[in-house]
Order: sequence, then C-alpha cells, then structure tokens
Amino acid sequence: MSTEVTPRRKEELQEVTIRFAGDSGDGMQLTGTQFTNTAAVLGNDVSTLPDFPAEIRAPAGTTYGVSGFQIHFSSFDIHTPGDAVDALVVMNPAALKVNLEDLRENGILIINEDSFTEQNLKLAGYAENPLEDNSLTNYRVFRIPVTKATLEALEELGMKGKDAARSKNFYALGVVLWLYNRPLEPTLDFINKKFKNKPEAIKANERALRAGWYFGETAEFFTSTYDVPKAELPAGQYRKISGNEALAYGLIAAAVKSGKPLFYGSYPITPASDILHELAKHKNFGVKTFQAEDEIAAVCSCIGASFGGALSVTGTSGPGIALKAEAMGLGVMMELPFVVVNVQRGGPSTGLPTKTEQSDLNQVLYGRNGECPMPVIAAKSPSDCFHAAFEACKISMQHMVPVVLLTDAYLANGAEPWNIPDASLIPEIEIEHPTEWDGEFTPYRRDERGVRPWALPGTPGLQHRLGGLEKKNITGGVNYDPDNHELMIKLRQEKIDKIADEIPPATVTGNPEGGELLIVTWGGPFGTAFAATNRQRSKGRDVSHLHLRWLNPMPSNVEEILRRYKKVIVAEINMGQLINIIRSKFLIDAKPLNKMKGRPFTITEVEAAMERELGIPSEPISS
Amino acid sequence: MSTATPDKPKYTIKDFASDQDVRWCPGCGDYSILSAVKKVLAQRDRPPEEYCFISGIGCSSRFPYYMNTYGLHTIHGRAPAVATGMKIVRPDIETWLITGDGDGLSIGGNHFMHLIRRNVNLRLMLFNNRIYGLTKGQYSPTSEQNKRTKSTPMGSLDFPVDPLCLAIGAGATFVARGVDMHPKHLIETLSRAADHKGTAFVEIYQNCNIFNDGAFAHAQDRKVRSDNVIELVHGEPMIYGADLNRGIIRNGDHLESVTIGENGVTKDDLLVHDETCPETVAFSLARMKYPDMPEPIGVIRAVDRPCYDDLVNEQVEHAVETRGNGDLQKLLTGTETWDVNG
Ligand code: SF4
Repeated sequence: MSTEVTPRRKEELQEVTIRFAGDSGDGMQLTGTQFTNTAAVLGNDVSTLPDFPAEIRAPAGTTYGVSGFQIHFSSFDIHTPGDAVDALVVMNPAALKVNLEDLRENGILIINEDSFTEQNLKLAGYAENPLEDNSLTNYRVFRIPVTKATLEALEELGMKGKDAARSKNFYALGVVLWLYNRPLEPTLDFINKKFKNKPEAIKANERALRAGWYFGETAEFFTSTYDVPKAELPAGQYRKISGNEALAYGLIAAAVKSGKPLFYGSYPITPASDILHELAKHKNFGVKTFQAEDEIAAVCSCIGASFGGALSVTGTSGPGIALKAEAMGLGVMMELPFVVVNVQRGGPSTGLPTKTEQSDLNQVLYGRNGECPMPVIAAKSPSDCFHAAFEACKISMQHMVPVVLLTDAYLANGAEPWNIPDASLIPEIEIEHPTEWDGEFTPYRRDERGVRPWALPGTPGLQHRLGGLEKKNITGGVNYDPDNHELMIKLRQEKIDKIADEIPPATVTGNPEGGELLIVTWGGPFGTAFAATNRQRSKGRDVSHLHLRWLNPMPSNVEEILRRYKKVIVAEINMGQLINIIRSKFLIDAKPLNKMKGRPFTITEVEAAMERELGIPSEPISS
Repeated sequence: MSTATPDKPKYTIKDFASDQDVRWCPGCGDYSILSAVKKVLAQRDRPPEEYCFISGIGCSSRFPYYMNTYGLHTIHGRAPAVATGMKIVRPDIETWLITGDGDGLSIGGNHFMHLIRRNVNLRLMLFNNRIYGLTKGQYSPTSEQNKRTKSTPMGSLDFPVDPLCLAIGAGATFVARGVDMHPKHLIETLSRAADHKGTAFVEIYQNCNIFNDGAFAHAQDRKVRSDNVIELVHGEPMIYGADLNRGIIRNGDHLESVTIGENGVTKDDLLVHDETCPETVAFSLARMKYPDMPEPIGVIRAVDRPCYDDLVNEQVEHAVETRGNGDLQKLLTGTETWDVNG
C-alpha cells in the first residue's frame, strides 16, 4: 500500500444528509448511530431518521429486509432529518433499489460492489446489474469491495470468513468518517465499551474501521473531502437524545419532582417498547415497571396503581390504544390520574409497525364509549418528548384525569442534540392528598378547577368506593338520576376545558400579527413546517407557523390566531384529522396537506404546498 | 399477628358495613357471603381503611359498595389487573378481589391465570353460580353442558371449565372452596385465605335463586350435603357422609370413594389430607365431581412461594442499595456530552 497521500480538496458544506442502507443484518442502525454521535460531539446540529423493517430478520437480500438510517448534520439549527440525500451508502442491491430515488442528482453513491452477485441482484428484483447498465450516471458512484477489503484487513486474526465479514459495516463507516473529516476516536471508544467482553470483536471492528479510513485516504478515489463546521447552538452542555429516551426521562423527572413513585405498566409493542426498556434500567429512582399480560391489563394496572397513589403511566401504540379504550373510560369516570402514551405508527390494524403516522388523533379524542373527554398533548420533537411527558404527568395528577401523550415512530426513534436541562430548575409538581375531611367524605366534591380530591387507601375515615357506574355529584354514590347524569357529563367536560387556563397560549413563528398564510401543525411535523416557514420567509413570502402541543383542550387563543390569516393549511401525516376539528370548531376554511407513506414530510413538500396556496408557481424541485 | 385476641375483638361487623343499601335479589347467596366476609374481617385487628375490595362486573362485583373499606368496582374481567397495579405500589393495603364465573373465567380468564401465576398477595373470591345473573340468565363458562338458557334454547355446547383445576394449573399457592349456605365452614375457609401470603383463591358455590336456583343443591341442602361434599382438613383422613362412614382412597392413579367396613376397608386405609400435596394430587381432588364423587370443600392446597408484589419492591430496594438513590441530573446528563460555548 502506498504511503504517499495526495492532498485532497476540502470543501466546506453547511449541511449534509447521509443515508446508510443495507440488509437488516448489516448493522446499519449502529453505523448510522455512530456517525451521528461523532457529528454531534463535534458540535454539529443533528437530526436522524432510522427506518427499519418490521421483521426482525427478513430474508437476506430482499427489498423488504432493507434497513436504513438517515442523518442530517449541519452548521446551523436544523429541525428535520433532511429531504434529499447527499450521500447514500448501500451494502447490497436491495438497499440500492429501495433508496436510490431519495438520492439527489449528482449525489455521492458508495456501493459495496461485492454484494452485487447474480443471486442478490435477483433477490432485489434487478433484471440488469445497475452497476453495468449505465443507470447510475446521474450520481457520483464509488464502487468499493467492502466485503473483500474487510476480510483482507482481518486476515491476520484468523477468523472465520463469515464472522470477519460482520465487521464490514465498520469498514463502510470508516470510509464515510474519512470522507466527512470526522475523527475515529468516538467510534473506537464505542467499540471498546460495547464489546468489552469480546476482545476478538474489538480487534476485528477496530481493524475494519481503520481499514475503511485508510482506504479513503490512500485509494485516490475521492477527489475531495467535506467538512461541516460546528453549529451555532445556544451555549450549554449537550447530549444526543432520542424521543423514547427523552420520554422515559420526562416521566422519571415528573416522579422525582412530585415525590411520587413511578409505576409503568406496559405490554411490549413497536415502537413503544423502548420506553419500558429504558425505565426498567432506572429502578433506583423507585421506578416500578410491570410487563403486563396484555394491553388491557397494562392500563388497568395503572388504574390500581393510581388509586394507590403512584404516578402511573402506560405506554403503547395505536393497536394498544384500541384495546385500552374501555379502561381509559373507567379512568375518566373514576377521575383518577394516569398517563397513556401512544407512540403512533402506521395503521389501521397492525398496519406499518415500524413506520410513522399521526393517524390516532381521532382515536384518542373520540375512541371511547359515552361522552368521554381526555386531555391530549403531542410532543413536537425528540427532545420535546421530555417536556411533553413531564407536562402530561403534571396535568394528569393536578387535575385528576387520565391524559393521553402522543408521539410517533419518527420522534420516538429519531434523535437530536439536547441542551441538558438543569434538574434543579425543573419546577416541583405540587400534589395534595387529603388526610381528614369535615364530616362524611365526599370523593366527588370539586374545587374551583373542578378537581376532586385524591384520597389514598390507608387514610382513616376517608374510605370510599369508585366505580364505572355513574356517580352522584359530590357523594360519588351510584346514581341513575337523569339530571345528575347530564350534570356529571358537563362537570367532567368542564374540568378538562379549564385546563386551558393553565397551559401556555399558542405562539406563532413568522408574523404573529397576521397575514397571508398560516401553516398549522401538531406532533412530528413541527420541525419540517418550521424550517419550511423560515425558508419561505427568507424568500420574502408572508408565511407563518402555528404549532399545537395541547390538542385537548387547545390553548384559548387558537381561534383568534387562526382568524388573523387569509389562508390556513393544516399539515398532518394522516388523511386530515386536526383539520376536521379546526373546521368544525372554528368554522375556518382550512386546507389540508396530508401524507400517508409512513414517512415524515420533507421541507420541499411543505414549501410546495405553501407556494400552491400563495398562488406562486413552484420552482422545479432541485436540491 | 393479624388475628385479634378472641376475647377482645378490635372491630365489629358494623365497622365494615357501608351505608349503601344492598341491592342483590332477596334470597341471593351473595348475602351470606357478604356477611361471612364481614365476620372474618371483624375477627382480625386490621382497620377498615387498610382494606381495598376490588371487583369487575356482574352481580358479585357490586360487593365493594357494601363494604366500608376502600374499593374499586372496575370493568368486566379486569379486576385482577387493577389489583396487581394497586398491590405493586401499595403492598401494605390488604386487598380482596371479588369476581364471578363469567367475570373471572370468561372475559377475565386471561388475567385470572396471570394473577395466580404471579402469586400477587391478595384474596381472590370467585362466586360461582354457573350462570350470568346480571345480564339475565345466559349460560356461563361453568354451566353444565346442554344447559338451556335464553341464549342456548337447544342446550349449551361448551364443555364447562373447573375453577379449582384452572387455578391449580396456573400455579396457585392457595386453593380452597366454600359454600354460601354453609357459613361456619365458609368463615373458617375465608379466615385461612386471609392468613395466606400470596394469591388465596377461594371458589364459593353461590346460589342464584333467580336464574339458576339449586345449581349446587347437592352441596347446599343440609339434608343431602354431607353425602355429597367432603370437608378437607389438613392432617385428617378424608372422611365424609352423614354417618361419617365414607372416605377417599387412592386406587392406582385415581381417587375412589369407599365405604368404611365394606370390602375390608378401614379408616386407616383412607387418604390423609395434606395441603402441601403436589399439584397432581390437588388436581385429582379438584376433579372429584358430584354425583360420582363427593366434592371437596375447605383448603385443598396451601404452599409458600414468594409474592410478585414483594419481588417487585425487592428489586427496587436492591437497585437503590447497590446504585444509590437515583440522581436526576446524572440521568439527564448521561455519559456522552459536549459543550457549546455561546
Ligand atoms: S340475579 Fe342471581 S346472582 Fe344476581 S343478585 Fe339476583 S339472585 Fe343473586
């Protein structure tokens, strides 16, 4: 190997989107995560989008077994995992087939050419070998014998070929780290930690990683390398955080700040299980996790734990909510606090277990028998899952009501840098439990916010029974009187309406005074709409953005805001659910922007919708 | 000790009665069970506020409203899950779970099994009346085959399930049976359940005089019951009959009912009841069915196994002991950080 290295041109870029794609057994999630960590530690803003198959090990080489990980890193504040891909790394033909359409013209395409065998081409459904039929001329193609090179690099270790080939993702990572001028150290540290008890794996992965890096440096293959300078983020200590992690931390923070034990009852379901896994690690916070026998038992255990006085939470995805509906209604009737987390995924039915969607808003608002209102909050970014979880717990316990917290697969698995909060500045959550009562205890006597007392078993003299039958106002006894029933329905609703007094008013990005066009979002599309709004405004367009975190009740100023704009677009990853509420509640002729492909909006798509609405002919898409 | 000195009971039956009017049909077996439970609690020295009665849906599930304790009347079949959550966070609250054959074995069959295998520390009373009472008389999972009801005018087809066998199969640490109209024995059995650490399962034969009157007449009717049921007592031979001249022996791999004095059988040949017997023996006892065999009542099996609620809390304590109390700032900070200077 030559040691003479030709100096390369180093280009500075402001943002780059890379996607690693391969077979689900190729370790692409790990590769992507490692690249992300390296970029983040170097001070870039990052945003990621993992994309994996529902099957754990789909047949190797098939298109439905392709696993991908996209990372967007930049020198400025970003809010999305990127639109068009600048560099695509594919480990096999199937990965090329599935991902090529997202690679921009003239984008970098790094291909593991060893995997382009006749059999793999066939499995991927290629009649012709795309490496030889000139179909890739629009891209900067770099064919690298990743598998062979990895085997060569590991030759001295005397491993079996199959075992050695496993390190090929580290080889590919080495190449890409070199190409983007990222250091190897964070990954070397990671390898040493991760494979602590497998010295063989440490050696193999280290060698593969370095071999990939040296290949970049010596092979005279790439004519330039790229650098993305640090982002100007607000000062502070940062870490990378995913939505599910942040959510789990938010629950623990709420438990600490309310002085309550956290009870988490849940049944494994994609994409929510990681919350259970994360919480199970933190029992030294007094966290009690309960893997229930089913979704119904999970939510019911929360009702029992809540009656017992714990901060109680259950987590699931859409199909689980369907099963929990009856018990959620019981919670509304008993007026007991607990939080129901719904990490949404594509539906209906089993749908797209690993892909994102926002199609459960109707379900959580309306999917129960009877007049059964529940507060609903939706997180807007991976790190906001922390704050949304904290708020959901606080509102639930302070208002004696079960609360739904919506996130989605995109937020749950996506990651971003997080300016680590100062734990001492997180406010306490004040909770009171009565210890005595003037006269006979009346469990349904409400305070001025419409909230009933949370009396705990063990308290002498406050014994009471709660149930799903209609309650008599104040005393809580079983009661079927028609006037009482109507009154109780109204009281339960009023209690939730009054929560609007405590949530912050909605704010507008752009021109809060009003104007031409307002885009309204909730949940995951926040970042995309925010970025699209800023881009349009920089082009001089009168566009503003309203994002709703609380969907029930909505902040009290929402109607007022909506009326200040001539046109309103509501963008959602569904057929149009929030838009129906906005139309019926405020009689506003909002226009929908919908997408149901299991993937988030791209900024380009949102900008195009804005321009359409503004009557501006869209520029031809080139990115 | 949880039992008060008998001469100076701390509490009376009245202390455990709520002010709600009891709304079961007159003559319903539930009344005598309610009264038995209150008597059992009055014999113990635990105050009413340290009890929680949790039920599902059905006639029996109205039970919590009639107790002056904490209580939850939940949804159909799910009371075991509610109670499990409650016990995990409040192992100090003495919990009684009330269910029926429909609530516990049909819609709630799943939770029934998991509650028992986890051995959550609570009393589980199943009022078996072999019918759906609250929905006005459809057959239940314990109804005999060919039962004619409104939903089965040509006779039911389902083979009935046996609650005791189900409980034993799920790994129950305490399995017993009582009869509503045999209050003295029922009180003794429930007291034993109250003393047990773990899920104490008690099936109670309960007469629904409106929709299934006399379903358990063989075990309830004073005139015939001694010939049809056998009161199991730990360490005592299995003997029964109005004249106490009948008993149970093992014959090969099955149990057989014999008459003392016939075919050379003496009292010494009878099986001696052992509550710690292996599941297989308990299972054989539970399978004894009228009219071929006397049906066992009393404590069939009682063994020790750690309770789920204790284990959950022990793990938490262990985590605190080994890792110290959780530090929120450390958690939020994690292990990989970087600084951005403004
Ligand atoms: S219907 Fe039957 S079980 Fe129900 S209360 Fe009446 S008698 Fe009792």
